[in-house]
Amino acid sequence: MIVVSHQPPGSTASPGESPRVPISIEPPTSAPSHAPTPASAPTPDAKLRMDGLNVHYGSFRAVRDVSLAIPPNSVTAFIGPSGCGKSTILRCFDRMNDLIPNARVEGTVLLDGANIYDPSVQAVDLRRRVGLVFQRPNPFPMSIYENVVYGPRRHGVSARKELDEIAERSLRRAALWDEVKDDIRHKSGLALSGGQQQRLCIARTIAVDPEVILMDEPASALDPIATLRIEELIAELRETYTIVIVTHNMQQASRVSDRTAFFTMGQDRAGYLVELDDTVKIFTNPREQLTEDYISGRFG
Amino acid sequence: MTRVIWADRAATVVLWAIAIGVVAVLLGIIAHVVLASIDVLGLNFVLQDPSDTALGGVGPVLFNSVYILILTLLLTVPLGLLGGIYMAEYAADGPVTTLIRFSQELISSVPSIVVGMFGLALFVSATHWGYTALAGALALLVFNLPLMARLTEQAIRAVPQDERHGSLALGATKWHTIRHVVVPIAIPGIVTGVILTAGRIFGEAAALIFTSGLSTPHGYDFANLNLLDARSPWSPLHPATTLSVYIWKTNSEGLGQFVHQVADGSAALLVIMVLVFNLSARRLGRALQRRVTGA
Repeated sequence: MIVVSHQPPGSTASPGESPRVPISIEPPTSAPSHAPTPASAPTPDAKLRMDGLNVHYGSFRAVRDVSLAIPPNSVTAFIGPSGCGKSTILRCFDRMNDLIPNARVEGTVLLDGANIYDPSVQAVDLRRRVGLVFQRPNPFPMSIYENVVYGPRRHGVSARKELDEIAERSLRRAALWDEVKDDIRHKSGLALSGGQQQRLCIARTIAVDPEVILMDEPASALDPIATLRIEELIAELRETYTIVIVTHNMQQASRVSDRTAFFTMGQDRAGYLVELDDTVKIFTNPREQLTEDYISGRFG
Repeated sequence: MTRVIWADRAATVVLWAIAIGVVAVLLGIIAHVVLASIDVLGLNFVLQDPSDTALGGVGPVLFNSVYILILTLLLTVPLGLLGGIYMAEYAADGPVTTLIRFSQELISSVPSIVVGMFGLALFVSATHWGYTALAGALALLVFNLPLMARLTEQAIRAVPQDERHGSLALGATKWHTIRHVVVPIAIPGIVTGVILTAGRIFGEAAALIFTSGLSTPHGYDFANLNLLDARSPWSPLHPATTLSVYIWKTNSEGLGQFVHQVADGSAALLVIMVLVFNLSARRLGRALQRRVTGA
């Protein structure tokens, strides 16, 4: 597995000794204490990377100074108490925060080393490369087929044969094909069960052939069996995609992810990153006391 | 039994009684109108020209009603739809939006007779068209457009945000999202807008008296397809008395032997047309939604 340290380049200390960013249990509310954020030089093997990310809603700072890196073809779980900004941070990767009035994002977010908040980047192009699966399954009130080919159609694919192939391939990848193949053209996406709807939404996301799939608590509205199917699916998809998943369920994080980021919030209610490490390490021997307290159920 | 349960039962009874009362009034009106005209209504009445000496019919008047309805909808629906989309999806809160909303409410509450006077000055006199179906349609547009835009806006605002975000997250543009997700979901609400607008068009008399005219039409030549010829019934420039106006006219003049029969028959015809239009618009809306969503 590729392990990406997110310490600033230039530091030569081994990860075990180097100060993590941010590190203090009572974190600074003004100036960050870590070494200056590197201006450039993104970690070459990071698929996604954030440097000094701050998100404000109006005058409220929701996310403070988050820097992290996510390796390709891996599953990274975001865990932490409610309101710590996990979803907000997740939605910086595909600029869905642009849609919220008054939201302001500072810092850099890099996809393959290129800043996605650069004015030259069209959010529409970015979102083809970075898909998002929502907490509540939200299939369109259309047929299963039209749901899946919605993205490709918008991006100019119109040949019937090609769309048919995309539909079948995407539904197969999302482990939904066998259950729905008899009637994908006339059955509404809304007629499916909750778990099937969520897999349909994953198929819809896969259909536009993204590189990254973001999942915002994708199983929190589902029953345990449907949840299990989604988790199995995530395990299969990690071969092809870089996956970032927000979850409230720590067992889920430990089951599906390679790496886990723990977030919490400070006195000012701004969310910040406590630590990001291999999932095994986070759940057995975390570096921070805060993480230890959270995963052992002492708070949050 | 506790008071809470009694209150619950009382509420149920009262609400049922009100609902039954409303339906009873509606059925009463329809029954009265239809019964009053039962010996007048017939194919002859629907098709023939009006007559001063015999019962005659309302053929050309009925045609004018449908003609003005379609003409007005052709103007109102696209503009209202785009206006509603703008107000729901693009307009930012600010003085301009407030002004638009204020004008919308003001215009749609102006008495229609005033809109008729305005139409007379602008679409009849200033344009030198005289009384025309087009002037009538434009006058109807004036007070129907705000209604259509408002109802479209409400229908579009009622579409859940999740649907929009689902589309945008797939890399669709805002316009594609509106066109392929938001508007299709909003179709039932938009159809309601069309039906309410159409009802006002069928029923309107005051605004049309001064714009599309009061002449009693005779001898329409439906073979004349010259759209610029004011004698052609197909031309938007022909004077076009509608059913509502005709009812008002025959009743207020009170001339002729068959005035009451003609008025009763026209009223029944009007009610039936509104009914037929409403039902078919709903059906059309459902078919349209099924077509654009493929489910």
